Amino acid sequence: MAKWAMVIDLDKCTGCSACMAACKMENNVAIAGPTEAQAGRAMFWMEMVSTYEGDYPNIEVKRMPKPCFHCDDPPCIKVCPVGATYRNPEGLVGQVYHRCIGCRYCMAACPFTAKLFNWSEPQWLDGAITCFNPDVSRRMVGVVEKCSFCAHRLTKVKENAAEEKRAIRDGEYVPACMENCPADAISFGDIDDKQSSVHRLAHSYRAFRVMEDLGVSPKVYYLSKRQS
Amino acid sequence: MKEKISDHQPDRDELLYRPIYETGKGFYITAGILLLVVLWTGYMYYHQLRYGLGVTGMNQPVTWGFYIVNFVFFIGISHAGTLISAILRLSKAEWRRPITRMAEVITAIVLAIGGLHPIIDLGRPDRMLSLIESGRLQSPLLWDVTSITAYFTASTVYLYIPMIPDIAKLRDRGTKLRWMYAFMAWGWQGTEHQKKVLNRAINILMVIVIPIAVSVHTVISYIFSMTLQPGWHSTIFGPYFVVGAIFSGIAALLIVMIAFRKFYHFEKYLREIHFQYLGTLLLIMSIIWFYFTFSEYLTGVFGAEPHEMQIIMYKFTGPFAIAFWGMVLCNFVIPLTILAFKRFKTIKGIFIASCTVVIGMWLERFIIVVPSLANPRMELPLGIYIPTMTEWALFAGGISVFILGYMIFSKFFPIISIWEIEEGRSEGIKEVEERIHSYLPAEPAS
Repeated sequence: MAKWAMVIDLDKCTGCSACMAACKMENNVAIAGPTEAQAGRAMFWMEMVSTYEGDYPNIEVKRMPKPCFHCDDPPCIKVCPVGATYRNPEGLVGQVYHRCIGCRYCMAACPFTAKLFNWSEPQWLDGAITCFNPDVSRRMVGVVEKCSFCAHRLTKVKENAAEEKRAIRDGEYVPACMENCPADAISFGDIDDKQSSVHRLAHSYRAFRVMEDLGVSPKVYYLSKRQS
Repeated sequence: MKEKISDHQPDRDELLYRPIYETGKGFYITAGILLLVVLWTGYMYYHQLRYGLGVTGMNQPVTWGFYIVNFVFFIGISHAGTLISAILRLSKAEWRRPITRMAEVITAIVLAIGGLHPIIDLGRPDRMLSLIESGRLQSPLLWDVTSITAYFTASTVYLYIPMIPDIAKLRDRGTKLRWMYAFMAWGWQGTEHQKKVLNRAINILMVIVIPIAVSVHTVISYIFSMTLQPGWHSTIFGPYFVVGAIFSGIAALLIVMIAFRKFYHFEKYLREIHFQYLGTLLLIMSIIWFYFTFSEYLTGVFGAEPHEMQIIMYKFTGPFAIAFWGMVLCNFVIPLTILAFKRFKTIKGIFIASCTVVIGMWLERFIIVVPSLANPRMELPLGIYIPTMTEWALFAGGISVFILGYMIFSKFFPIISIWEIEEGRSEGIKEVEERIHSYLPAEPAS
C-alpha cells in the first residue's frame, strides 16, 4: 500500500504563496471576508509560516509553507469524540464533514495548528458559484476542515490506473500546491516506493520534520541547509 | 394560609417551612430580573444558532473560549454539593445537618448548567446525538459525557432520597400541591423499617458518590492533559482540578448559605459555628490549591522547556497577566489573610473570601484554557481572544439560571433538612455522647 508524503524544499521556496492560492481555489476553501480575517479567522489549508529574526537592517526572514502534516500517529484523531477525523491505510488523514459536531477538540490537540473551523457563512465573491471545483464538497458552517493532500485527485488517478490495469506512476498523483509551485520546491509521492523522488529527498541530509520529538511522525518533510 | 393547617400543632421548625408557604415581593422582583436575563441569553443563543460560532470571540488558534472555561468552572462549583455533603455524612460530622441539603441542591442545578456548556460550544449542536450514535470511547470528551451523566444521576438521586421524609411532612400539611408531594413522598410513613431502608440507601449512595465526583473533575482535566499542548500536558492536572473544584465548591456553598441565612432569616439554624468550620475548610483548600499551583509552575519554570516557558511567561507578563495575578490574589492572598486571622474571620469576612475564591477559580480556569491556545507550538502569530456580548450573555445566563433555579427550589422544598435536624435533636446528641465515651479509655468495671 502506498504511503503518501510531501517534501518541501525550503532552499528552493521563494515564499511567493502561489501554493496557498492554488490550494484555496482547488479545495473551495471558504473566503472569510476582511472583518473575519482581521479577527483571526482567515482560512488557508496551506498556510505560510513567516518568522523574522534579528533587528533592522539585519533581518532574517524565514518562510515555510505549512499544509496538514498528515501525521502517522495523529493527535487529532485520538481525541475526536465521533470519529469525524481518521487516518486511512494510505496514511492520509481525512475529515468527515457530515459527521463533525464542531467541538474543535482536534484543533486544540493539533500541535501544528493545521485545522480550521468554519466560524461563519463564507463570503463568496460574485460569480464564484460558477468557479467551484466540482470534485470537492463545500463545507457547512460549524465544522472543522483541513488540508486533504488533495485526496479527490487520488480518486481520479486510481480510477485511471485501474482502467489501464497498472500501478499509479510516481508523479501521477500530485496536490494542487505542488502543481502550482513556480520554484518547483514541493515534491509529492509514495514514500515507501524506493524509486520515488519523495523517498530520495526525504532521506537527504537536508531533510527534517517539524517537532519530530513529539513522536507524531508527520509525513511532510522539509529540506533546508539551515535545519530549522 | 397557616389557618388552613388543621390538626397540626405549631412545629418547632416552623421557620423552615415558611419560605414554601409565604413569598415576598422581593422574591418576585428578583425572579423577574433574572428571568429577563435568561430571556436575553436565550435570544443571544438563538442568534448564535442562526449565524454560527462566528458571533463569539473565538478564532483560529484560540478555538476554545468562555464556553469551555465556564464548563470547567460550573462543573467545579458542582463539587460543592454532593462531595462535601457525602464526606461530612461519612465522617459523622454532626454540624452537617443544616448544610447538606443546600450543598446537594447546588450540585444538581450547577451540574445541569455546566453539562450544557459543551453543547453550547458545539459548531453543530444539531449533530449532538452523534456522540451516542457514533461516539468513540477513546476520546476524553466521551469520558466526560459518561462521568458527568453518572454524576448527575447519582447526585440527583442523592438529593432526592434524603428529601423523602421532608416531602412526606409537606404532604401531611396538605395545603399546597398535595398530589405532587404525595407522589414524591413514595408512601413514606416514617416506620422503623422505612427509616432503616432510607438510612441504608443514603449510606450506599454517599459511598458511591465520592469516587464519581472525583472522577468527574479528573476526567475534565484529562480533556486538556491528554493533548500534547504545553501548559496542558501535565500529570498533576487530575488532582489539581479536583482540589480546585472542591475549593470553589465550598466557596459557592458559603455564599449560598450566607445569602439564604439573610433572606430567609435562618440565623437560628445556620449558626456562627457552621461558618467557622466551613471557613477553616476553605482555608485548608486555599493552601492546598496554592501548593498545587506552586508545584505546577515551579516544575515548568525550573525545567524551562522552551514551549512550556513561552506559555508560562505569557501568563506571568502577557496580555492575561492581570488574570493570572488576580487569580493568585483572589485564591490565596485574600482568603488566607481573612481566614487565618480570627479578627477577620467573621461571617462578613468569610463572605468576602468566598466571593474572591469563586472569582479567582474562574480566572484559574480561564488562565488554563486560553493562554495555551493563544501560544501555538508553530511559530504563528500569537492568538487574541476578546469575548463578545454573546459569550458574556451566556455567562450571565448561566449564573441567572443557577440563582433562579435555587430560588424556585426553595419555594417547593425546605432547603434545610427538617427531619435531619429533628434526628439531631432526638438521637444525635445521645449518639455523640456515646461515641465520645467510646473514644476515651475504657472505664474499669467496678
